[in-house]
Amino acid sequence: MQLIYRAGNTADVRGKRVPHTIATMPVETVETHCPYCALQCGMALDSQSQITPLDFPTNRGGLCQKGWTAAELLGSGQRLTTPLVRERRSASFRPVDWDTALEVVSRGMRAAQNDHGPDAVAVFGGGGLTNEKAYQLGKFARTVLRTSSIDYNGRYCMSSAAAAANRAFGIDRGLPFPVIDLAATGAVLLMGGNVAETMPPFMQHLLAVRDRGGALIVADPRRTATVEAATSHLALTPGTDLELALGLLHIAVVDGYVDHRYVADRTAGFDDVWRVATQWWPERVERVTGVPVASQRAAVRALAAGREGRGAVVLTARGAEQHGNGTDTVTGLINLSLALGLPGRPRSGYGCLTGQGNGQGGREHGQKADQLPGYRKIDDPLAREHVAAVWGVHPSALPGPGPSAYELIERIGTGDGPRSLLVHGSNLAVSSPRSGRVVERLGSLDQLVVCDPFMSETAALADVVLPVTQWAEEEGTVTNLEGRVLRRRRAASPPPGVRTDLEVLSGLAARLGHETGFPSDPRAIFDELRRASAGGVADYSGITWERIDTEGGVFWPCRSEHGPGQARLFADGFPTPDGRARFVAVDAGPAAEDVDDEYPVYLTTGRIAQHYQSGTQTRRVPVLAAAASEPRVEMHPDLATSSGVRDGERVRLVSRRGSASGTARVTASIRPDTVFMPFHWGGEQAVNRVTNPALDPTSRMPEFKVCAVRIERESVDVRPHDVRAEFAWEGEMS
Amino acid sequence: MTRILVAGHGMAGSRFVQELRARDPEQQLDVTVFGAERDGAYNRVLLSSVLAGSLAPADVEMIPSAWYAAEDVDLRLGVSVESIDRGRQRVWTSQGEYIGYDHLVLATGSQPVVPDIDGILAGDELASGVAVFRTLQDCRDILDCLDGVHRAVVLGGGLLGVEAARGLAGRGVEVEVMHAVDRLMERQLDAEAGQILAGTLRSRHVQVRLDARARSVGEVAGQRVVVLDDGTYVAADLLIIACGVRPDTGLARAAGLDVDRGVVVDDQLTSVTDRRVHAIGECAQYGGETYGLVAPAWEQATVLADVLTGGGASYDGSRLVTRLKAADVDLAAMGETDPEDAVDAPADARQGGGAEVLRFADPARGVYQKIVIRDQRITGAIMLGGAETVGTVTQLFDRAGTVPADRRALIFPGIVDAVSAVDPAELGDTELVCRCNGVSAGDVRHACASGAATVADVAGCTRATTGCGSCRETVAALVATAASEQPDDPGLELVEVPA
Repeated sequence: MQLIYRAGNTADVRGKRVPHTIATMPVETVETHCPYCALQCGMALDSQSQITPLDFPTNRGGLCQKGWTAAELLGSGQRLTTPLVRERRSASFRPVDWDTALEVVSRGMRAAQNDHGPDAVAVFGGGGLTNEKAYQLGKFARTVLRTSSIDYNGRYCMSSAAAAANRAFGIDRGLPFPVIDLAATGAVLLMGGNVAETMPPFMQHLLAVRDRGGALIVADPRRTATVEAATSHLALTPGTDLELALGLLHIAVVDGYVDHRYVADRTAGFDDVWRVATQWWPERVERVTGVPVASQRAAVRALAAGREGRGAVVLTARGAEQHGNGTDTVTGLINLSLALGLPGRPRSGYGCLTGQGNGQGGREHGQKADQLPGYRKIDDPLAREHVAAVWGVHPSALPGPGPSAYELIERIGTGDGPRSLLVHGSNLAVSSPRSGRVVERLGSLDQLVVCDPFMSETAALADVVLPVTQWAEEEGTVTNLEGRVLRRRRAASPPPGVRTDLEVLSGLAARLGHETGFPSDPRAIFDELRRASAGGVADYSGITWERIDTEGGVFWPCRSEHGPGQARLFADGFPTPDGRARFVAVDAGPAAEDVDDEYPVYLTTGRIAQHYQSGTQTRRVPVLAAAASEPRVEMHPDLATSSGVRDGERVRLVSRRGSASGTARVTASIRPDTVFMPFHWGGEQAVNRVTNPALDPTSRMPEFKVCAVRIERESVDVRPHDVRAEFAWEGEMS
Repeated sequence: MTRILVAGHGMAGSRFVQELRARDPEQQLDVTVFGAERDGAYNRVLLSSVLAGSLAPADVEMIPSAWYAAEDVDLRLGVSVESIDRGRQRVWTSQGEYIGYDHLVLATGSQPVVPDIDGILAGDELASGVAVFRTLQDCRDILDCLDGVHRAVVLGGGLLGVEAARGLAGRGVEVEVMHAVDRLMERQLDAEAGQILAGTLRSRHVQVRLDARARSVGEVAGQRVVVLDDGTYVAADLLIIACGVRPDTGLARAAGLDVDRGVVVDDQLTSVTDRRVHAIGECAQYGGETYGLVAPAWEQATVLADVLTGGGASYDGSRLVTRLKAADVDLAAMGETDPEDAVDAPADARQGGGAEVLRFADPARGVYQKIVIRDQRITGAIMLGGAETVGTVTQLFDRAGTVPADRRALIFPGIVDAVSAVDPAELGDTELVCRCNGVSAGDVRHACASGAATVADVAGCTRATTGCGSCRETVAALVATAASEQPDDPGLELVEVPA
């Protein structure tokens, strides 16, 4: 156990213990951040695995139930503690030692590449991996495997907002300002986010806006817990987010709210954008979205009023982004914020609420198919030169851009598709769209290698499972939704037999002929990451672990050890060639799949308070599993009646791609034409077996948020999802 | 190369070429568009905003000329098709040339109806001080002559007349709508809605004169006046004619195509007389209907573009929603709004014997909501005065969706499922207070009974309020209630309660 901080040695921003804590704090306490979402709440973890929230800027002493119970996984009896290997998928896993396991993996990788070329080995990462892991995974793929086939689950999460922000602002940092600015603004429009459930402590910042008389406008097909706290609800039809955005821009123009001076001085491209928006007058938008004209007008008026006062902010989350036109939808909202003159104004602008714990850092350092560290583009010759020099290879040795996540999976088992897949920090069998098909594709691999602390649904499909450390058992940095780089600190010893992801990569690299270049020390890797990112958009070169400790986190870009990180962006211009933000003309069209007689109901998916992502972690926390043991299918009483479904009854949602089962929860908080189902479960309960892999042409984001389904009652009560089935191998071991 | 000529560059024609190229990215089709107006593609829907001054004429342009260049579409502005030679598959243009076609798309729109009133015309032209309100140029002409106009009369109380009147009132002009029948927008509204709309307009400084038949337009002592049938003189510095439109079908008629009110087309938007001639927008007639709104025109444009690029789309008529576009007069009307077979007994509705009619009127606030239901589907509605359910009702009408079992939900949103505010003191012990951490009212009371005296104390031992924080007030109330119920007992120890 290390003692990182003593009271009184820290700067103001740094975490302060919350006074209401009743438990006596033991001496040995480590200050760190929650393992789950991008809010990265500050918390202290003691040697008894007790958690105490800290007065960190993002959570100000708050924690949600997931955070409070995060440490329960540290002593979990379900931990994997030995590498597992099996000869064929139908066989049971057998425990092996690490040397054997790594030898099997490296042999499989070599065999695949010998027969089918470098791209035959693919890598799949995750937005929960630390910066060091994300960086090292990208480097491992590009220099050891020399494969272009690397992508990650952030493709399902942040890619649309990232693509839109990059093309508008020349930079993609979720929030362009610290969350404390958000709490001080005068009006917020949140498009497609239920933060009251997904990141509860974030709500205090939004409630602060509301409680000071500001506007909190939430667009969502459901009347969520977040909507309940809002001053206004835009209950749009699923899949019509962009139409709504275009309509709001139209109103901003016609009702005279455009900041013409700002548009002239700081932006380019408005005229083309207006020509499209001219075709989306509010009455037309009302008919498509179902949002009354008066509500649309009031929303724009409130944003404009906020701008004249403390400020106004437009936020997006997955509800607006996870569409086949997610990039354009976010662009539509950025266009609105630019027309109102928000970005760069104090306490104002456009922001995206990043989802995964390191969803920000994870998208900056090279585990993305088209990217090199520092948010560099892999097809940019200068970027290749810089990174190749840091890596000690020739630029021509670096592969080019590879396929996006779902496309990578689709290519498995095809002619030149991957034969071997290495997975870190992702449960793609649950989180990918049309996951039945994904499971089938994974089945056609010659070798599936999964690194995970637990036997996830994807691990259960693997040939080799490598048990790795989890949060609080290792050191590393993450970058939160504000773009603030933080330290996750080691507070507990990992169980014997597990290794860190970095140790796994180091071992594999050595077996594949790279004895050097792949240290397992995260601090050494961070220092290399700093060099690799230097000069890039996401420049970490001035950030050190010591600075993070003393400053309570450091914002990127930070180009010098002696200068501050940039907490607030755009006050003086945009990082585009001419310093102007770009309006990009986008138009709306119908969702990839509309309802019809056979599939008459919209399905939208999302998250609930008790679970995180694919549930690999949270379903193993007893109190969370007890609070939400299975997925609920929310439906309106009228829809329940016409479907003959009673509250609490087991139902099956069926689409053209598959079906998923859950328990009906009849509630008037949802539109009568729409059902909602969360995606935190696997097997028969995985709603992603139903969702549509229609991909955004720019970001390659799948259309998770709308597809057409029908509701079937389950005549036979099927057994609840049996977690024990995943642990069949345990019997083999004893 | 297949050659497509489009006669007309209004809402339908301009949309059609965009939809066509969207389906023809290789530009395999040779496309020429004739626009009789000199202006490029502009959004006619927004003309009332131009009249009101919230948009400049230049702001309503929809498609820049660069688009036509990039998409290799030959746009000829100020040029009209003068005649069609169907035998040779060519048209004669106002530029004096023949141009051949494989497919000819008629999108000629319609012409304003100018009523036969003495003095309204001077020769073939509108008399001075008289204007129609149809094109962007009409709009400019009106704006050009607004200086010195104190009082304007809009002849015609339909949708366009009401929008024009509201627009002019926004300019500070004194406006009167003069309508020949007993209620405004009689094609869309019932009598009561018409009355409430008139009241709303009056409160927005638009006068409304009903049952007023204009006999002539003239001048009395230098003041232009409209003279009514009953001899009344109404001063009008400017007279705007908004008496409806007539499909512009002269070209088709002269070419021997089947024309009724509009050019008769089938479900491929193709003339029933000639497979190579098509019609969309206001000049087309499908299933006995001609449509004067933009939504059907765009639906037809999309279908025809699909048909001419080999797609399988077909047109099945449009559901009409009339939506008044004026910032402060919120009106939507759709379908049948005055059914004659309204049922008055529950049994009748169940047996499908007639129309169920829901109605709510609040004239003092200018609110009128009427919904007609047949067989569980909305077949018509009037939503006047900013009804919150207007989006819901419109979508149910559009999609023929099943109406809610509790019909009140169509008029009063939230009333059916409203959660009545509960006094925290009344909360049952098992009811959740803190959703984020699963803390019930009973847990909070237990914490108080164990010595927690503040919200912070409760948070410390139950974690309530530490998530999203929205339960803070409820917890505070529970703490206050507990404090009032038990006298201070400093002897009690603070004990941690398991979560």
